[in-house]
Amino acid sequence: MSFIDTLLQGVLLGGLYALFAAGLSLVFGIMRLVNLAHGDLIVLAAFLILLIVSTFGLDPFLAAVIAAPMMFGIGWLLQYHLLNRTLGKDILPPLLVTFGLSIVIQNGLLEGFTADSRRISAGALETASVNFGGISAGVMPLVTFASAVLVIVALNQLIYRTALGRAFRATSDDVVTASLMGIRPNAIFAIATGLAMMIVTVAALYLGTRANFDPTAGPARLIYAFEAVIIGGLGSLWGTLAGGIILGVAQTVGAAINPEWQILSGHIAFLLVLLFRPRGLFPRAVD
Amino acid sequence: MTTGFETMSNEIETPQGWRVETRTRLSGIFAVVSLMAVVALAAAPFLVSRGVVQDLFFILTMLALAQNWNLLAGYAGLISVGQQLFVGCGAYALFGLVILAGFDPIFAIPFAGLFAMVVAAPTAFFAFRLYGPYFAIGTWVIAEVGRLLFAQWKTLGGGTGTSMPREATKDMLGLSLLQDWFGMRSSAAADALAYWLALALAALTIGFVYKLLRSKQGLGLAAVRDNETAARALGVEARRLKTAIYLLTAFLTGIVGALIYLQKARISPDAAFSLTDWTAYVVFIVVIGGIGTIEGPILGVIVFFLLQNAFSSYGSWYLLALGALAIVTMLFAPRGLWGLISDRTGWELFPVRRLLKGGPHSRDDKGGPHG
Repeated sequence: MSFIDTLLQGVLLGGLYALFAAGLSLVFGIMRLVNLAHGDLIVLAAFLILLIVSTFGLDPFLAAVIAAPMMFGIGWLLQYHLLNRTLGKDILPPLLVTFGLSIVIQNGLLEGFTADSRRISAGALETASVNFGGISAGVMPLVTFASAVLVIVALNQLIYRTALGRAFRATSDDVVTASLMGIRPNAIFAIATGLAMMIVTVAALYLGTRANFDPTAGPARLIYAFEAVIIGGLGSLWGTLAGGIILGVAQTVGAAINPEWQILSGHIAFLLVLLFRPRGLFPRAVD
Repeated sequence: MTTGFETMSNEIETPQGWRVETRTRLSGIFAVVSLMAVVALAAAPFLVSRGVVQDLFFILTMLALAQNWNLLAGYAGLISVGQQLFVGCGAYALFGLVILAGFDPIFAIPFAGLFAMVVAAPTAFFAFRLYGPYFAIGTWVIAEVGRLLFAQWKTLGGGTGTSMPREATKDMLGLSLLQDWFGMRSSAAADALAYWLALALAALTIGFVYKLLRSKQGLGLAAVRDNETAARALGVEARRLKTAIYLLTAFLTGIVGALIYLQKARISPDAAFSLTDWTAYVVFIVVIGGIGTIEGPILGVIVFFLLQNAFSSYGSWYLLALGALAIVTMLFAPRGLWGLISDRTGWELFPVRRLLKGGPHSRDDKGGPHG
């Protein structure tokens, strides 16, 4: 039973990693931009939620609803005024600018919130659990997983069913032709990053309510997100969920054997996938 | 083509008397000046205080790291943010060889470099499977794996790390000679020895990068950077060249790591595999100084040191400003400070461009062929 329990915890943890990864995946899919500050933006959003919760005494879920449009604005401005300038054939400028941004956000948060570990309190939900025939699962992990599925369904609907999604796909395929058809790539990119930041807010809500976080927690989140994307295969959001689940299961199984091996076994699962399926398990994009 | 780096031809004789040259008059003068600078720097332990020698040691090791990263990212297009893996591996190899195998520390340094290179082979195998930007994060993940694995090595202190035993460094190679010849105290002699090794390493790294870039392989590298498909069509073995560069920079980075930790005499996985210390600072040095030039990292490390001295007491504000400075540089002066200088003046202190000289209708200031 305890093995099935471990597996279930791993699968549910995978939901959180899929949420970390969905924003990264969206941004890369549309503009081939790898945002090295993605993890730090998740932590920034977590601090934003914490700030709203502690200032107005709101419920964290309500606080996230308020934080989401603010994060959209931050993402939009960041993309429109900073990152769009770096896009081009050369991969060096976007990488180095987002790397610099990552250091800036981390140290900005350190100045603003000190290096203390924080946590967003979700009240009774934190300890609530449900029982399935002898196996119990926390309500928060279940809600996280459900949110991940919901976010992916919503994103797929958006990308394949709406005019905005069509514009996303068109600019992703061919920027020049898309702009000939009356699409402004820079505006499309800014909206995409804004959307990614709204997903980041959802991820931050669960990051902050489920575990402690501090200003330097970002890089590790980026790495988990990246591993989920690569394990799942580029260009497929359901693949990213699968990647998150594999990563989560590898980590909980590793931790069950020896608590020190939790992170390491996740990395090893990632390297094994890279060894046997270099394009990931469910690749969709050509690059 | 081979991947040996020994072939070097900066002057190719052609039938009409044309010559392909990379040297300029300025670079000739600069070569003499830099030789004198190296000699002056070598005399530093006799002329300046120990504190200054330690500062210079820091500058030189950061310069060697920066030149290596610049070769990787600026010339070979391999943007790694996982170079701390090789610093850490070199440092741990040094401690392992000295503490567990009883090696002399100085003698262990080249083996530490070799160990880093051995680690780089499987790393390259994995990381090279990742496309462009994902290569960067891939190298980072592997560096994390290295940090976590070394934290499991209980005989070297596990996660908390260990110290270099005093007896091991007290009678290391050459130390007693320095004490006898120059009457240095033991600690001053150890500092001087580490400093000279750092100086030699930085000078050799710059010399190696310069020679490489002027060689046939360097031309191939520039061709791959500008257009990989076209370069491969002309017979440049891009992948082999990149792998060779990756392994070589790992070797040199490992040696620098061993040297830094010989001086620090205290190691822990979090410090030896630190992203901030061994990759973020190095990236900022290269970007601010000018990526893709040899002069850039030299200028960058001086600027970095001055900033560090002036503002490092501000802690995270300092790092924030450094990151912001790197972003601004990348956006508005992508070729860095050196790019700004050489645009204004046309200076090339380490010229690697091939210029056509001589020939029958030469307007060369030397007055004709072979003049």
